[in-house]
Amino acid sequence: MKRARVAYAGAIHEATPHPDADGRRLRLADGRVVAEDAVVWLPPFEVGTVIALGLNFSDHAKELAFNAQQEPLVFLKGPGALIGHRGQTRRPADATFMHYECELAVVIGRPAYRVPRADAMQHVAGYTVANDYAIRDYLENWYRPNLRVKNRDTCTVLGPWLVDAADVAAPPALDLRTLVNGTVTQQGNTRDLVFDIPFLIEYLSGFMTLAPGDVILTGTPEGVVDVKPGDEVVCEIDGIGRLVNTIVDDAAFGRG
Amino acid sequence: MATPSSLSFDIAPYRLSGTVYGTLLNHRDALAALGEAVHAAPYKAPPKSVVLYLKPRNTLAGPGDAVVVPADAPALEVGPSVGLVIGKTACRVSEARALDVVAGCVIVADIAVPHASFYRPQVRFKARDGFCPIGPRVVGLAGLGDLTRLAVRVHVDDRLAHESSTAGWIRSPARLLAEVTDFMTLLPGDVLMTGVPHGAPQVRAGQRTAIEIDGLGRLENRFVAPAEATS
Repeated sequence: MKRARVAYAGAIHEATPHPDADGRRLRLADGRVVAEDAVVWLPPFEVGTVIALGLNFSDHAKELAFNAQQEPLVFLKGPGALIGHRGQTRRPADATFMHYECELAVVIGRPAYRVPRADAMQHVAGYTVANDYAIRDYLENWYRPNLRVKNRDTCTVLGPWLVDAADVAAPPALDLRTLVNGTVTQQGNTRDLVFDIPFLIEYLSGFMTLAPGDVILTGTPEGVVDVKPGDEVVCEIDGIGRLVNTIVDDAAFGRG
Repeated sequence: MATPSSLSFDIAPYRLSGTVYGTLLNHRDALAALGEAVHAAPYKAPPKSVVLYLKPRNTLAGPGDAVVVPADAPALEVGPSVGLVIGKTACRVSEARALDVVAGCVIVADIAVPHASFYRPQVRFKARDGFCPIGPRVVGLAGLGDLTRLAVRVHVDDRLAHESSTAGWIRSPARLLAEVTDFMTLLPGDVLMTGVPHGAPQVRAGQRTAIEIDGLGRLENRFVAPAEATS
């Protein structure tokens, strides 16, 4: 089972794929069947705390010349950064290196406090795709990665679907990739996480209570490249979804 | 499970959204205390733009709540901060108009496991359950006068342990809001902490704190060992 949250005809709806051959239509909970491009896609669940992992793929850590870690590199993000599938993300005019990060997002379904590794997956509601943009020009060596790099409006994209945990073998070993204007620029498999999902839930729930709707962005593999206004960025995870986003310039946001 | 919280999101006349951001090193004495280290590795330069962090929803607590001192931390740092409560959607506000988006102010206790490095601190230092008591009430700006002249006192077990003033801010609330809302929209009910002064007191399990800020009242909390919290 997979579900989306969409805005259509004046209300927010839960939507599921319509079982026809082309897969381009959605069935709203109230029975209406609509084209997938006739709706506004929202993040597919009510998002609580957004917990992100830095350098959690061994190849990406190498790419950024980072040494092996003892403990996960965790940072937090606020709700204002979130947008859904088919949204627009702003690239500021002064940025010289803005990159996407395709990540498997793990959505918590049951409160978790001091949950041992062996029980961790019982607390997972499901999965979605995240594209967690960074603008490296703004990186400073204080509380890295500082929020000006990582918590910008429109820079955390989630969706299109929340896929039930029951439909994905645990822990997930899924191919993921990013395509910029149709060209594959980033590839990996979620089996290569430095700290895997059960570990992350055990670790995080050891000091903070995780609540339904909290989401863990599990990190991105190597292959991040600069993206420019007009680029279409697609983050795909097999079995989870294909998350489309377009980069726009300052003018689209009434700036400059 | 987590310690029960008395925090009411409805702190009349405002409803908090539950989103709380903190500002790092916004007091001149806190930055000065780092001395020449700000130019050395790993920092290599003093902070240029505003540096923020998040206090997630599991950290939110209210007046009187018990804060658990984890077994692996001998003490916790209790940082007093003026929290700006946002009253209107704030995106790209100018410094001159920034205070128009502020509904009022509230005391925030920014609690942390003491840590020396500001380079890439673990979130477990600042994001444990109950590490962000807020209260006792939101006070409108009209009742506060000049925000950059408020005295801030922290009492530990009824003894005055720390005194500071908002005159020590590097960025005024208006300046802070202008810089933050250039990249991040703040919504009604969001709280932006204006920073913690240097030398915030450390407390152990069994102690009590009271933060007093001119015009904002008094926020009291107590600190307990893990066993007491579950009993």
